[in-house]
Amino acid sequence: MKRTAYLNINHEDILQSIRWFLTAALKTGEIDAVLVPGRRDDGRSIMPFLVSDPSQLESADPLSPAFALSSAKQVSRLTHRPSGKKIAAVLRPCEIRALIELVKLKQADLDPVLIISVDCLGAYTNKDWMGLSETGGKDMPYGDPARFIKQQLAHQDADVAPACRVCVNPVSDHADIRLGLFGMDVSRRLLIESSTQKGSDLMELLSLDSCTEPEDRKKRISDFVTKRNEKRDAMFKNTSEKTDSLGKLDRYFEHCVNCYNCRVACPVCYCRECVFNTDVFDHDPYQYMIWARRKGALKLPADTLFFHLTRLAHMSVSCVGCGQCSNACPSGIPVMELFSLVAGDVQAAFDYRAGNDPGQALPLSEFKEKEFPDVVGV
Amino acid sequence: MKDHQPIIIAFVCNWCTYTAADLAGTSRLGYPDNIRLIRVMCTGMVDPQYVIKAFLEGADMVLVSGCHPGDCHYINGNYKARRRIKLLHSILPRIGIEKDRLKLTWIGASDGMEFARTMKELVLKAKAMGPVASPSGSATRKQHGDES
Repeated sequence: MKRTAYLNINHEDILQSIRWFLTAALKTGEIDAVLVPGRRDDGRSIMPFLVSDPSQLESADPLSPAFALSSAKQVSRLTHRPSGKKIAAVLRPCEIRALIELVKLKQADLDPVLIISVDCLGAYTNKDWMGLSETGGKDMPYGDPARFIKQQLAHQDADVAPACRVCVNPVSDHADIRLGLFGMDVSRRLLIESSTQKGSDLMELLSLDSCTEPEDRKKRISDFVTKRNEKRDAMFKNTSEKTDSLGKLDRYFEHCVNCYNCRVACPVCYCRECVFNTDVFDHDPYQYMIWARRKGALKLPADTLFFHLTRLAHMSVSCVGCGQCSNACPSGIPVMELFSLVAGDVQAAFDYRAGNDPGQALPLSEFKEKEFPDVVGV
Repeated sequence: MKDHQPIIIAFVCNWCTYTAADLAGTSRLGYPDNIRLIRVMCTGMVDPQYVIKAFLEGADMVLVSGCHPGDCHYINGNYKARRRIKLLHSILPRIGIEKDRLKLTWIGASDGMEFARTMKELVLKAKAMGPVASPSGSATRKQHGDES
């Protein structure tokens, strides 16, 4: 049964209220640890921490607009084999969607996990975050999380990462418990709502006073998403113009150094061993000579476009548009823009939306005798 | 583009289309030499990567051809191939490779004539389409500097 409650905020310190909630949840004994973004000692970097000591939740910070990496892969590490323990994981909506894809790929398990999500208002790129954290003080985005939240709720997306600017899923449909910001006066209180039995059971243990969902929450969310959709369409149009031929695509990736960081950062790049790391691409030296002779000049490292197109063919059905590929690129290539664009087409072709329905099979993991007559024939 | 001699890479399954090609040969049915046959044990093993590589190497058209639905030697390999072609049909047009350049056909082992007729038709279509477009309008395999 769905439960809804308010969490009061004292002295406009929204972070403290969330820490109180996580600490109370951990102290119930129903969960053994909390996976949550936390501040390192000097407060500059924010990384996921697996916290088992409630007092350590004092450095938990799921509100700062830092998104160093997708925690979906960390949940996979914690659950791909049974540990016998239960965790609560505080995740962004895109991390939850990636996690659902990993569950379908049998690389993660949701049973031992209670998912908590905070309405997501976006995050800075790692590069921007590092720059901001150098300046310190109140200018730092986490110096005043309420300010960032209010600014973002008023649609001022200017500074956040490109993927966040076009994200149309700021609220997760698949969290067990949601901490809601939309439609709330975030200086006074935030919303806690459960959408599964697991979430409701925990809320009952915490004996939070129940309430009804604020009336304009749904409208606030849909207005927000409408604006994001416009930005997303504009981005798709722009990207499409830059990549609609092999020649243009070659220029799009011209600064790629084949570091494969995008692959490592991608939460849904699922292969245990990537084909690009195997002997298949350990070409014979003489082979390069043959290619060079045939073309006159061979760009090295070779196989750049081949790598990106292969990755598209492999993971675009599961792409959730989190933008970590762009975030990880040392050459500043807008990888996410292209991958989101193509993923949109691919997922539409199979009537599939990555991370949307845990019960829907991955398009390439099933098939029927009679389907897709349009692809057959000359 | 009258002079354009297209290159068509055809991944054909051992049990049906390759056997049909063999039959076409032993029946002395001619078909254009623009087709480069690559025999695979089943269309279900054609990774989208192979198709992508063929286009990056300058193929004008790629054909994947296997057994009719229900006839797959490995029960369901051709159904998997069909989904992968569907996948590539959503990706390739975005990067300037039209859907029509990637074909999937079912040609059974006894369809020697069907095989020869299909190959002729594909070459005509590939000629009509011309080379894969690039920004300057010249052939891809001359233009983009990335792949070998």
